[in-house]
Amino acid sequence: MTAESHFLAFDPAQDFKLLFLAFVLPLVGYVIQISVGKRLPRQGDWLLTGGLFATASITVLMFAKSLWAAYHGQEFRHHSGDEAGLWFHWFYSSDTIANGVSNVSAAIFYDPLGAAMLMVVGVVSFCVHLFSIGYMHGTPRYHIFFANISLFTFAMLGLVLSDNLLFLFIFWEVMGLMSYLLIGHFSHDPSSGYFHKWATKACKKAFLTTRVGDTCLLVGMVIFFWKFDTFRFTELWRLSLEEIARHQAVHPGEYPLWMTVGGLFIFGGTIGKSAQFPLHIWLPDAMAGPTPVSAMIHAATMVAAGVFLLGRCYPMFTPDVLNVIAAVGTITAIFAATIGTTAYDLKAVLAWSTISQLGFMVAAIGLGGVVAGLFHMVTHAFFKACLFLSAGSVIHGCHHEQDMRNMGGVRKYMPITFACMLASTIAIAGIPFFSGFYSKDMIILRAWEEILGGRFTGASFFAAVGLPIAAACTAFYMFRMIFMTFSDSYRPGTVESPFAHHGGGHDDHGHDHGHGDDHGHAGHGDHAHGDHGHEAHGHADHGHAAHGHPAPAHAHAASAHASHGHEAHAKDHGGHDAHGDHGHAAHPHESPLPMVVALCILAFLGVFGGHFWLADPVHSLKFWEHAHTWFEESVSFQSLYGAEIGDKLAAKIAVDEHAAHLAHIVALSVSLTVASLGILVAWLIYGRGWERSQRVAGKITHSIHAIYEVVKGKYFVDEALGTAIVVDMKRKDEPRYQPDASVIGASMHFANFLGWIDRNVVDATVNLVGRIGMAFGRGSAAFDRVVIDGAVNGVGMFTQTFGSVVRLFQSGRVQQYATFAVFGGLALAAWLILL
Amino acid sequence: MQSQILTWITFLPLIGMAVILLLPKTSMNAIKGVSLAATFLAMVLGTWLYFYGFEQKSLAEIEAARATGDILGAQFVQRIDWIDSIKAQYYVGIDGLSVALVWLTTVLLFVGVIASFGMEKAGKAYYALLLMLEVGILGVFVSLDLFLFYVFWEVMLLPMYFLIGIWGGPRREYAAIKFFLYTLAGSVLMLVAIVALRLDSGTFSIPQLTELAVSGKLLGMSLPANGVLLGMDFTTWVFWFLFVGFAIKVPVWPFHTWLPDAHVEAPTPISVILAGILLKLGGYGMLRACFPLAPDAFHESAFILGVLGVISIVYGAFVALGQSDFKKMVAYSSVSHMGYVLLGMAAFTVWGMEGAVLQMFNHGTSSAALFLIVGVIYDRAHHRDLNGFGGLSQLMPRYWALTTLGFFAALGLPGLAGFVSEAMTLVGSFQAADTRFQVLVLISTLGIVFTAAFLLYAMQRVFLGKKNAKYEGIEEINFREVFCQAPFLFLCVLFGILPYLLLDWMHPSVQNLINILKVQG
Repeated sequence: MTAESHFLAFDPAQDFKLLFLAFVLPLVGYVIQISVGKRLPRQGDWLLTGGLFATASITVLMFAKSLWAAYHGQEFRHHSGDEAGLWFHWFYSSDTIANGVSNVSAAIFYDPLGAAMLMVVGVVSFCVHLFSIGYMHGTPRYHIFFANISLFTFAMLGLVLSDNLLFLFIFWEVMGLMSYLLIGHFSHDPSSGYFHKWATKACKKAFLTTRVGDTCLLVGMVIFFWKFDTFRFTELWRLSLEEIARHQAVHPGEYPLWMTVGGLFIFGGTIGKSAQFPLHIWLPDAMAGPTPVSAMIHAATMVAAGVFLLGRCYPMFTPDVLNVIAAVGTITAIFAATIGTTAYDLKAVLAWSTISQLGFMVAAIGLGGVVAGLFHMVTHAFFKACLFLSAGSVIHGCHHEQDMRNMGGVRKYMPITFACMLASTIAIAGIPFFSGFYSKDMIILRAWEEILGGRFTGASFFAAVGLPIAAACTAFYMFRMIFMTFSDSYRPGTVESPFAHHGGGHDDHGHDHGHGDDHGHAGHGDHAHGDHGHEAHGHADHGHAAHGHPAPAHAHAASAHASHGHEAHAKDHGGHDAHGDHGHAAHPHESPLPMVVALCILAFLGVFGGHFWLADPVHSLKFWEHAHTWFEESVSFQSLYGAEIGDKLAAKIAVDEHAAHLAHIVALSVSLTVASLGILVAWLIYGRGWERSQRVAGKITHSIHAIYEVVKGKYFVDEALGTAIVVDMKRKDEPRYQPDASVIGASMHFANFLGWIDRNVVDATVNLVGRIGMAFGRGSAAFDRVVIDGAVNGVGMFTQTFGSVVRLFQSGRVQQYATFAVFGGLALAAWLILL
Repeated sequence: MQSQILTWITFLPLIGMAVILLLPKTSMNAIKGVSLAATFLAMVLGTWLYFYGFEQKSLAEIEAARATGDILGAQFVQRIDWIDSIKAQYYVGIDGLSVALVWLTTVLLFVGVIASFGMEKAGKAYYALLLMLEVGILGVFVSLDLFLFYVFWEVMLLPMYFLIGIWGGPRREYAAIKFFLYTLAGSVLMLVAIVALRLDSGTFSIPQLTELAVSGKLLGMSLPANGVLLGMDFTTWVFWFLFVGFAIKVPVWPFHTWLPDAHVEAPTPISVILAGILLKLGGYGMLRACFPLAPDAFHESAFILGVLGVISIVYGAFVALGQSDFKKMVAYSSVSHMGYVLLGMAAFTVWGMEGAVLQMFNHGTSSAALFLIVGVIYDRAHHRDLNGFGGLSQLMPRYWALTTLGFFAALGLPGLAGFVSEAMTLVGSFQAADTRFQVLVLISTLGIVFTAAFLLYAMQRVFLGKKNAKYEGIEEINFREVFCQAPFLFLCVLFGILPYLLLDWMHPSVQNLINILKVQG
């Protein structure tokens, strides 16, 4: 079978168009949704989810093509400009107009990494869309929500497909906007109570924090463009290696300083977007957005973009930059993992876990383990998306409670969610045969290879020791979460939680949502959806009971359930009825069909995403003897950066066989030890009953009180930066929490100071000049009045006086004139004679 | 008519003004109709000119035109003797630098007229002055004769003074007189330089002066002082006199303080025109009638200009962050954004300069949108205190959506127009021959972060969070207001995605300008 004829062979004539279609569909969906979405049946959710399904299908097909090529040993790197002449000229409409000035032209760049990433984005995003149909149902701004997550997906797809740094940056920033809008989703919805206040600040924080990183990336880009005059990745890689070679010809063993500086700036972009220390602060607060958004941000988009960027720019980094990357990644991994052990908010645990896992990926790339780091990004995307959506499902089921202390025993009520979450937790904890193990093991292996291979640096040692510690913490807090949430028995109201509004304030809530929802649906004549029934049940019944027309809605809900065959659900619904309007007392319930389906897809991928032997069409099921995962098979230095550059890069990190073998054994034993240790400790403390766990945990935290407080306070990074968000529901006015001695506080003071300067120095000078002018004018006026006009008047006066004196002489009498004439003649004569 | 099209565009509003003056004061509808018609016709002509009439010449064609005495490669040239005794001519024409700005002017004024329909106080004189203003602005953009340029420059000043001074806010008189005197001070300096150039060269023609200047024949040697005055070169004097005159208009720090006052006091449509197009006259003036006329002095002082640009960027952003008045914040954001124009021009690279010209256009659209946005809320709440609102997105979702687009266009979000020009400016400045510019670029990135900060901080205070009960039932943005903003927001999106719709026009002229100035430098 020749490559050309096989349906899995890449066909430039067709496939770039398909890829473009996959990329542009969400945008089209967005435009339709934003303009007419509200008037569409079901507010257009089916439209966007359908569009995403198409996108996901295309990405999966294309991904299959990349795997097929990989298993046939063919190179799979495609560029739409070079192969099909498909360019998007950006600055100038053609290169001829630009004559001599570099035009910015973008094209689709599709390589195995891009294929894997695109598939992840497509599938996860589709699952999130599907999940949102159930989760967001009946909330205000439903159609806007769908439009926004669609555009979010669009931006990420664009980022993955772009062949140059500038276009990557463009989509990178568009994603920033979408995260702003989505994290701020509840800031327009007063009925969301706690989230309303939180989201208002969190969205701004997220955008501005990442903006700091984005600006660094922009500067990095500018620096590289300055030297290389191109943004195109393939060119940048080639030129970077050439530049290094040129430099080393003159200064052996040294690297150009400007490349280090530029590389650090580019890494700044990752620090912001992938939430690395110290710009990680936005990510925990991004939990203010709806849970599906968290899944998007933490899995498929945003944070993955930063790691993806590192993968794309790896050949441009000098060893110094890589060491910094490794160190920052490791710090982040440990730092966030320890915080994760103290969190009580279900989503916060996952948020810190994401930051920690991102640290793993970043550290791996810093250590030269690009493939390992990117592999972890891909596997992580699946299980983290699943974890978040499961968490959303739990929260949804527990009536918007998020505090794990108020959960417990949820397993009984939500068996599917439990199964999915457990599978993903095992995956993230690093248990063999689950995807997370493969990728995490590769990262730890990479660190030990560096050390045992004789390239001992501070960063590699730090990573080799630090990452296992973080991995142990990961296993611990993830199982702590599982035990706290799912084991023992349901215990609502154990502690007061800010999310309680959704229980206590359920009456309004139900009223708001239930009502709007019912009418909306009646208007569209769309009664057959299971989740509709669910919604009426989840929110509306409390409100309806209070508002005196429960019967129709209930009957309706029940029928809807029946038609979808959710017996358990219907039963639960009955139980609910009996509980009347006590949100707290109601049992959790399993989530509706779309949510469960999404969970199952992701759980499957979360477990099997690492090995995925099914995708191996050539070597069928050689899992045991075939140590390479599909990712290693298709993504390598050579496939990422081309054979020539890839060989050089691979040679740099290669270690001898003995060291590699040793490192393998060390890494494997370390990974297994830390994972089991973490799980064991979690079980010892939290696995044996709630009461006991409280006692034990209390004792432990008491004995390390000081450390515990610091960790629980998230090491007070937020406080130092002045970015802590305090949401105080009791206060009427907005609490201002912005200590003067912090970055933000100082900036505000500086802004006010400059404002003061502007008014009192710059403008005052202008006004002073004006006043001097006025004073001069007044002076001139006075001078004019007194001196000049005085002189004029004086002359006038003199003339007048003189005139009046002279007038005396002008009497008109001839004799008198004659007298004057005579005396005058005499006087003249006298004067002439005497002189 | 085609050869006279610039004259038609420029003086069409004047015809409108004459008709308005003949109309009785009471027939407001007729007055509005006439101003609408006049500005609309001008806009149609301007749009035709931009997209159809103006020919995209290649650099070679422009360079070929140099032999015929036209170093700029201007099109639609009309040249008639005007005042023979001083050799002033009616000499108009456009090139890649001015054509987009001419178009933008006609669009802005048309929208300005529509936006004025909401003003109750606006009467016959208002519309007449508005049209006169358009004549002045368009005249400056099309003039190729320095004397004519100056006349139009002054023509523009007067209506602005009255428009702020009569129809402005509470401190309108102070703001108007400040604006007037400040600009006048600048134009007096300009006049001195223009007269000096005329005495030295015997011509007012800008292309001719440019030709002389770049070939090193405009050194003031025929003047009594013999090229040196008080120890400073003639060209340096000319350069700084012209520069300060234009810098006041841009405005460049520290000459910017008239701007916030003028903006705060001016009625919305006037603010829109002021920010949208009047500020660009400064930047345009530098490119047309300052740098080319004193290239040596320009190269010598380029770094100082860059520093002033960066100070404007960073300082403007910080001061905007400290404001609590919505309109003042937007005004300072203009100072910040116009800083990029100066930085890019001073860097003297193709991308830097093109970014600067593009930034002028893009700031025209985005700042116009921002001032219209402020106007909407001011018309309803009658105050502009950023802390006095809250939760408006729940009450006016459509208004919020438009504002979001406007804000993100202003903060340079990729995909919207502002990003293209800012990125080009930064990239271009980093490539400058003078490596000190690299430090300037690094500092200016502070502006990027803090521009986002003040806009989002404003967004949070006005639109997000808890509803302010006072504005319950506030009227949603109406059709006329949407209609006014829509063109600008549309242009922000369009030129963000397809910047070549502007750059293709500009590029040959900018490249030509750089080439001719480089010879000297």
